[in-house]
Amino acid sequence: MASSPATEEAFVRFTKVQKSYDGENLVVKDLNLDIAKGEFLTMLGPSGSGKTTCLMMLAGFEPATNGEIYLGDRSINHVPPHKRGIGMVFQNYALFPHMTVAENLAFPLQVRNVGKAETETKVQRALEMVELGEFGSRRPAQLSGGQQQRVAVARALVFEPDLVLMDEPLGALDKQLREQMQYEIKHIHENLGVTVVYVTHDQTEALTMSDRVAVFNDGVIQQLSSPESLYEDPQNSFVAQFIGENNKLNGEVTKITKDTCVVKTNDGTVLKADKVNVDAVGDRTTISLRPERVELDPPKKMDNMLNGKIEELIYLGDHIRVRMTVAGNSEFIAKVRNRGEKRDLVEGETAKIGWSTSDCKALDLAS
Amino acid sequence: MAALPPYASPAQRTWHYTFRIICGLIFFFLIFPIMVIVPLSFNSLPFFTFTPEMLRLDPAGYSLINYKDFFTNPDWNNALRNSVTIAPVATLLATSIGTLAAIGLSQSHVPFRSAIMAILISPMIVPLIISAAGMYFFYSRIGLQGTYLGVVLAHAALGTPFVIITVTATLVGFDRSLTRAAASMGANPVTTFFKVQLPLIVPGVISGALFAFITSFDEVVVVLFLGSAGQKTLPWQMFTGLREQISPTILAVATLMVAISIALLTTLEFLRRRSERLRGLTPA
Repeated sequence: MASSPATEEAFVRFTKVQKSYDGENLVVKDLNLDIAKGEFLTMLGPSGSGKTTCLMMLAGFEPATNGEIYLGDRSINHVPPHKRGIGMVFQNYALFPHMTVAENLAFPLQVRNVGKAETETKVQRALEMVELGEFGSRRPAQLSGGQQQRVAVARALVFEPDLVLMDEPLGALDKQLREQMQYEIKHIHENLGVTVVYVTHDQTEALTMSDRVAVFNDGVIQQLSSPESLYEDPQNSFVAQFIGENNKLNGEVTKITKDTCVVKTNDGTVLKADKVNVDAVGDRTTISLRPERVELDPPKKMDNMLNGKIEELIYLGDHIRVRMTVAGNSEFIAKVRNRGEKRDLVEGETAKIGWSTSDCKALDLAS
Repeated sequence: MAALPPYASPAQRTWHYTFRIICGLIFFFLIFPIMVIVPLSFNSLPFFTFTPEMLRLDPAGYSLINYKDFFTNPDWNNALRNSVTIAPVATLLATSIGTLAAIGLSQSHVPFRSAIMAILISPMIVPLIISAAGMYFFYSRIGLQGTYLGVVLAHAALGTPFVIITVTATLVGFDRSLTRAAASMGANPVTTFFKVQLPLIVPGVISGALFAFITSFDEVVVVLFLGSAGQKTLPWQMFTGLREQISPTILAVATLMVAISIALLTTLEFLRRRSERLRGLTPA
């Protein structure tokens, strides 16, 4: 994989892990994954892709059907959840409603027989870390959603585990609070150096917070790489479509050179693209192209130059979305940055567009 | 009942008041036979009817003679002692078994859940006389018939379904991720049960325990089959009192039992509300 930390010893390791709930269908198919100590790794994917199942297997709430999971250098397949020493933040926070915030935080310390004075110090320190120093005596029901979320994070960290799992922890918050919490969790991770495995279906969340992202679909990791290369160099059309906006142009490979290929689209347009996962001349392929990489009226000659009919203009403040018909695709989107200068874009007219070869990727045929 | 809205039609008005009258009649039908026992128990004469003195509210018509008999007569004393030694133990057994069964049966991986549930609930559905007859033959075989333990076990079996039902109902609202959270923090299953799960389902456990206690405390059929003279409980003594002696002491006993039931219900309802408040279900 593109940017896996090559030299570091894996802290968490999945080897050939499979999971089936009914004995017939595999929810997780042959998962191999190494997570380095101190890493923030996100499992990203649509619902039913197997990402939460992987997290539950790591936490110990679901047994793996096949394969081994290692934590440090020991296999934890036969270690019950309460002996794994893994902190966890749940989607619904799972705060104990009959205990105060401070009692919630003290719980993991009490079961470890930590002394009373030390417990109090640690609880207070954890509460201050999430800026809830004054809230120790409240009950969870008396807190807002964002505050409950912080308590859940503090509780998962208070006993100083080496590994913390987070299962869509921000799913129930509104957009603004979610963005704020993303930064807070990221900073806590940076300050404590704890290893975090984070599950989400929100790509923005994954891109914002992670060192590496594992994109799941259909029980298989489609791509495991840094947020940047996930967006810039998608390895297949699922990843290209799942992460960010994407224009699709279907066609057939007519010529292959070392790193590039020539593709003839269904309506006969000839395009040059980066060769990512096409093998031979004659292969069906989907070309993926980000809308912001399309130039309207390119000032100089570009690798791919063609005409498109402007179908619709949508004003979005910082940019203008231009929907066009390009190479037979009427859903082709180009983003034009709003620079303040007057543009002569008129719906129904034809405009010249262009993009460079390295911005469009020839991938497997999208379904 | 909400006040009548100003736009109510005459038919709606009529129904509004008819409904109140029907409700009142239902309450009267349910409560009057019990309430009438209370003044009767203070009758100074050994009758089951109101004497003219009582109706005139003449103090001479009232006395505590029935209560005195209850507290001094050795038959009643024995029965009282038996009842208060059998019911609490049966309640304890039924509550423990019922709570554990309800928790076990609430887990989706348990096979034959509905069948097991049906069997455990059956003492509540099968006619009591059939359960009693069955227990009689079974307990005679294994030497439990006519023993204190036998009566306790039988009453526990009768009380368990109530606990299972109330605890199961409480578990529906119980968030399973709480036990997972406790496990992720290092708590073993036993600690998790006592520190996290039990405090949260305790209202259901208390309600179930109350029902189990009342079941045992009021039970007469099974104890007639399974008990010997040594296990004569209050309801049994009342039954004999009615059939053989027609002793008005049972009026006093009935009044006391009603009072005990009301006191129990009130206390437990108070406890239940308190713990519900503590678990954060209702605002403080």
